[in-house]
Amino acid sequence: MSALIELTGFSKRFGDTPVLRGVDLKVERGEVVVILGPSGCGKSTLLRCLNGLESGQGGTLRFAGRELTADTDWREVRQKIGMVFQSYHLFPHKTVLENILLGPLKVQKRAFGEALAHAEALLERVGLLDKRNAYPRELSGGQQQRIAIVRALCMNPEVMLFDEVTAALDPEMVKEVLEVILDLARGGMTLLIVTHEMAFARAVADRILFMDGGVIAEQNAPETFFSNPQTARAQQFLEKFSHVENLPRRK
Amino acid sequence: MASSGLELLWLSAPQLARGAWETLSISASAIAFSTLGGVLYGVLRSLGKRWLDVPLRVYLELFRAIPVLVWLYLFFFGLPIFAGISVPSFWCAVLVLTLWGASEVGEVVRGGLRSLPRGQREAGLAIGLSAVQLYHEVLLPQVLKRITPPTINVYTRIIKTSSLAVLIGVVDVIKVGQQIIERTYESVLIYGFLFLFFFFLCYPLSAASRVLERRWSHA
Repeated sequence: MSALIELTGFSKRFGDTPVLRGVDLKVERGEVVVILGPSGCGKSTLLRCLNGLESGQGGTLRFAGRELTADTDWREVRQKIGMVFQSYHLFPHKTVLENILLGPLKVQKRAFGEALAHAEALLERVGLLDKRNAYPRELSGGQQQRIAIVRALCMNPEVMLFDEVTAALDPEMVKEVLEVILDLARGGMTLLIVTHEMAFARAVADRILFMDGGVIAEQNAPETFFSNPQTARAQQFLEKFSHVENLPRRK
Repeated sequence: MASSGLELLWLSAPQLARGAWETLSISASAIAFSTLGGVLYGVLRSLGKRWLDVPLRVYLELFRAIPVLVWLYLFFFGLPIFAGISVPSFWCAVLVLTLWGASEVGEVVRGGLRSLPRGQREAGLAIGLSAVQLYHEVLLPQVLKRITPPTINVYTRIIKTSSLAVLIGVVDVIKVGQQIIERTYESVLIYGFLFLFFFFLCYPLSAASRVLERRWSHA
């Protein structure tokens, strides 16, 4: 069987600035891939290209064996590719349930009873069933982000894309969101995760993808990547993180 | 004098009412069509398509730069000459006020849509919403509250500007007033009436817009 996601020589420019330069990537079903790299390396853009929020200019992108181009009916594809953003982007004028049910009811035209049961089961799973009639502004950042994850999950996607979903959260809320993602990984969901949480990356990933300057500079199993990075750029990147972690006491 | 003044108003009431009705009909029609046209304009501008932006900006600048009175003359006297179509003065006034009002409401709608975080659009697209669903379910409902006060202010300007329709022969409340003055020379009384008429039409609207602005500013 072919890979779920397959990029070949995929390229993207913003004006004259190349952001992705010939990316080759295969993601198998059930695989958890964590994408690391310095800011501006193209990792978020890569995720955004996968569900058509940005379009590429070179190479091919295949999803479940089907080639996706600018002419693709992205509405249909996006139902199979859930995406969660850094700033949650819940719809502020809708309640939690209305946020979650918008896609299943209006896009997928599912029966209300079935969609509601599904939404409530997912809310239960992330521990927020009691918030189903709340408005986003009444929730903490961590709660909002968990609702955003449920909103994407309720579409029954085949893969979930997480774009720095804990970067805007207070430290004490990071954990509750990461646990939901870990739970999804254990359940066998295909995940592509962009994050700066190194320990989390190590814990959740089947494979680490290190991007730099719009290319995949290195990819490896997490143990190998973190203990023995192959490229100089990955070594520098990891040193910056461990440098902060290992700062000596001031006195 | 006082009793004769009141008597005159009483006797002129049916005539004034017909004029007032004409003013109200023109204003209400122009307001309704301006709202529809303005939302359409704002949505189209927010799509960020060059081939739409260029003609829409030309339209906006034309109605900003050229006085409404000139547009009235252009449509009322120009259309029969250049296009062989003659539009009744009532509909000509509605048409011009609508084109002008839609550009004003449209800019308000466009500004409102622009002020929404980009992520709202992307989150909507990410769950597979169509463009129509995106605007109907996600973007416009969020904008509606914010733009109600400035839109009401456009409405009061449409009502006041509708008085220009006199100049292409619409017999609105002002024209009726002038006719009565020509007959009776009671200009103070009649203009006093017109003053109160427009004041009590527009003041509640702008007051409502202020109240809504205050109430919704912390929503």
